[in-house]
Amino acid sequence: MSSTPLLSVRDLQVQFKTLHGTVAAVNGVNFDIEKGELYGIVGESGSGKSVTALSILNILPPNGRIDSGQIRYMDSDLLTLEDHQMRAIRGNEIAMVFQDALASFDPVFTIANQIGEAVRIHRKISTSQLNDLIIQQLTSVGIPEPQVRKDQYPHQFSGGMKQRAMSAMALSNKPSLIIADEPTTSLDVTIQAQLMDLFMHLKESLGVSILLITHDMGLIAEVCDRVSVMYAGFILETADVFSLFKEPKHPYTRGLIDSIPSLDKDIDTLVSIPGRVPSPMELPTGCVFQPRCSYAEEACLLGMPKLQSLENGTTVACFRVQKGEI
Amino acid sequence: MTTRALVEVKNLKKHFTVSAQSKNPFKKDLVYAVDGVDLEIFKGETLGLVGESGCGKTTLGRCIIRLIESTSGEVHFNSQNILELSNRDMRRLRRHMQIIFQDPFSSLDPRMKVGSIISQPLNVFKNSESGTKKEVIDQLLEAVGLESGITDRFPHEFSGGQRQRIAIARSLALRPQFIIADEPVSALDVSIRAQILNLMTDLKKQFQLTYLYISHDLSTLKFISDRVAVMYLGKIVETGPVGSIFKKPAHPYTQALFEAVPVSNPTLRKKRSQLKGEPPSPISPPPGCRFHPRCSQVMDICSRTDPVQTQVTTGHSVLCHLYVNQRSSE
Repeated sequence: MSSTPLLSVRDLQVQFKTLHGTVAAVNGVNFDIEKGELYGIVGESGSGKSVTALSILNILPPNGRIDSGQIRYMDSDLLTLEDHQMRAIRGNEIAMVFQDALASFDPVFTIANQIGEAVRIHRKISTSQLNDLIIQQLTSVGIPEPQVRKDQYPHQFSGGMKQRAMSAMALSNKPSLIIADEPTTSLDVTIQAQLMDLFMHLKESLGVSILLITHDMGLIAEVCDRVSVMYAGFILETADVFSLFKEPKHPYTRGLIDSIPSLDKDIDTLVSIPGRVPSPMELPTGCVFQPRCSYAEEACLLGMPKLQSLENGTTVACFRVQKGEI
Repeated sequence: MTTRALVEVKNLKKHFTVSAQSKNPFKKDLVYAVDGVDLEIFKGETLGLVGESGCGKTTLGRCIIRLIESTSGEVHFNSQNILELSNRDMRRLRRHMQIIFQDPFSSLDPRMKVGSIISQPLNVFKNSESGTKKEVIDQLLEAVGLESGITDRFPHEFSGGQRQRIAIARSLALRPQFIIADEPVSALDVSIRAQILNLMTDLKKQFQLTYLYISHDLSTLKFISDRVAVMYLGKIVETGPVGSIFKKPAHPYTQALFEAVPVSNPTLRKKRSQLKGEPPSPISPPPGCRFHPRCSQVMDICSRTDPVQTQVTTGHSVLCHLYVNQRSSE
């Protein structure tokens, strides 16, 4: 695309200090999010997808450190900003919806109190205006009886309602980017469908960009525009969602898609990926996926392949795909 | 049906007492977690029990093997009502029924070695029939796809998928007839889920098992089940063969549930009709049909009268007024 992307992440490297030494959680991640795009990052636990999300807002836990890389948001590099400049962006221009809505709200303050705080940090607003804004936000995310609900405490909300309230909080400052880290993992499918509908609606009506972090390929297929597949701290494949599901290139992506039991087809044995996700402490030599890959050859043991673009616009990090062999 | 039911549940109820949301600290409320369930599980089949969180599916599973005592009703195992058995008789029967829990990180004792975890059931029931304990453990480990050399290691040394394999080995130690698998793969990574599901289907053939597979995940449920029971707010609203239910779900709730599952094919995206609202609290379930406040095809009768089981096709029955009317008008 010709326009400059809203967010652009380049060569992001994140390390964690642990008792057993330094661990590389994210190893050189690159992606761009355009305006009004719903971008998905999919991966299993330990793939570095959440760490990538936290890095964008610079809210890594104390033992995590961004080693190198660039995170450009509009005209500024977020990693070089002063603390007060970063605070002006956090929750204002880039907002976050966390996985566990229960743990993300403070149990001793009312919902209105907490949404109000998020607004007041960023701008001056009169109490009555703030009140109107909160009611309007709660209405827009589909919470019934916002007048009553706003003065309730988080424990009086159900899981789905809490997640909606958190979306209302994230939206209260009209951000241009929302990062949603596994927002529906703790919800039932029917509630998940409601929340995803809300996200799609926000994207279309307000033009916000959304970065959706998930492990659920089905969810990706349902809502995303473009997708990156992460594994052990690397992006293995980036593609638009239609190409990704129609012609998955990387053997890992193929495995992921094949291992979802389908509701339409009858099968006797599920395709499974042998082995398990490597611990970041002991990454395999060569390509990170090589020990579980049925296409691995000698070259795969020697080095991690770089992401390269293919003809259809997909970028993939696999020697054999790049050579056109698979 | 010609096959005999291994487990037969009749009008099973489990009501929990909780402190009421009121100023009076002594006031109690009843949670109608399981409220009149009839269910049959036939020998050699896998019955998939699906429902959203809070619908009572886990409670039902635990009541069936008497991990929690039911309020009323009957559970027949091999034609014997196990709810009437004394603790001693019940204990004798327990070797035939086992359970695999959802979270392999909390279901294995962190201070026990793998070998003792798996042999624990053998110690409890001493009259194990074949071979020495070590042989039995090795056989079990081989059956679940683990190396025999791991018996001296601790659970924390294993990944989630491997731990679930250990838990499965433990559940097989006494050669049970019936295994309840309560969300066995939901704590696992996507690429590992398929491994465990394949293992479970292999073991079923190898050990002639009968499963009750409890899950909220329709896609894994469809893969593993022969028959499906759909639960909503303490009641089974639909049961039938997996093909029939997935092809033509009868109950409006089942239809909505299927509709909500994301399809892993972006070309099939569609605007879907959605369930409004959330499941009501099981403390005060709505009168009549429990689904009527959220149902898109609600009728006058739904809020007044409890629906009764109606058969739509052979072996496929549904708890909904829509089908009662259809039958009488035919």
